[in-house]
Amino acid sequence: MANVGIVIVSHSPKIAVGAADMVRQMVGDSVPLACTGGDAGGGLGTSVESILQAIDAAWSDAGVAILVDLGGAETNSEMAVEMLDPDRRGRVVVCNAPIVEGAVIAATEASGGSPLETVQRVAEELSPQ
Amino acid sequence: MTPEFLHRLILAVADTVIAHEAELTALDQAIGDGDHGLNMKRGFEAVRVEAEAMAAKPLPDALRAIGMLLVMKVGGASGPLYGTLLMTLGKEIAPDGSNAPLAMGTAVAVVMARGKSQLGQKTMLDVLVPVQQALAAGGADLASRLPTIAADAAIATVPLQATKGRASFLGERSIGHMDPGARSAALMVSAACRVWEG
Repeated sequence: MANVGIVIVSHSPKIAVGAADMVRQMVGDSVPLACTGGDAGGGLGTSVESILQAIDAAWSDAGVAILVDLGGAETNSEMAVEMLDPDRRGRVVVCNAPIVEGAVIAATEASGGSPLETVQRVAEELSPQ
Repeated sequence: MTPEFLHRLILAVADTVIAHEAELTALDQAIGDGDHGLNMKRGFEAVRVEAEAMAAKPLPDALRAIGMLLVMKVGGASGPLYGTLLMTLGKEIAPDGSNAPLAMGTAVAVVMARGKSQLGQKTMLDVLVPVQQALAAGGADLASRLPTIAADAAIATVPLQATKGRASFLGERSIGHMDPGARSAALMVSAACRVWEG
């Protein structure tokens, strides 16, 4: 079974790429990874269309965990998940976790072959309860 | 509802939002990230381009198409929120629009779920909920009363402290500013009602 994929969604393209670089340094190519940042006009923001493309790029049959920064990134990611084909929808989760630390720890967990629920749980353990 | 009427309705809402870009941006700069005007303008410019083709569709399909376009083009949190409102409205409404109050009730509830928000948190819901309630209560001169209800509801967000969205990071400093999402919602309601009144 393939490893869980990781998608990073930030308002800032630089943060998205930077967080993805940190993930790559940790786990190399063992985890499908994609990132997206910035709105359709090239400014700070997030785009449902780009998030859908990122999910596609990081797709794994084991599922995909999405890490987001601020509110709009979460809302747009949830919207994107709902717009997926029904057979994929149930295998994508938006993690309630800090974007950089969450992405790194989720990817590390995923690289060990853990299932999606475990990947999500270890990322979310980083959030204040 | 004729395609011609629907076309006028779409253009009126789009043009109003576009014309208020600077005001929405200024409101959002005060308590948010300053992109609401630009985001909404980008979305409704895309709607404007396709207005005629959308107006030719049956009402439910037109609403769904506009909602989808807003989801894809607006960005920010307002894209999926307004997009969800219109897509749900399109899903629920009868082709002749006769069950609009009921459909609007469902649509506002779905927006609440999408935004994980409720009334009184200084958001667009503070306008959408009272407008939906007035619509459901019905009565005479609804089209002339709704813009006032919407405008008053937007003004009523000024003294509120934001507990949802980017403005909530400001805590008490969000008090004293009108919520940009409440304002854009009121603008759209007013524009639609002006066309409705004829």
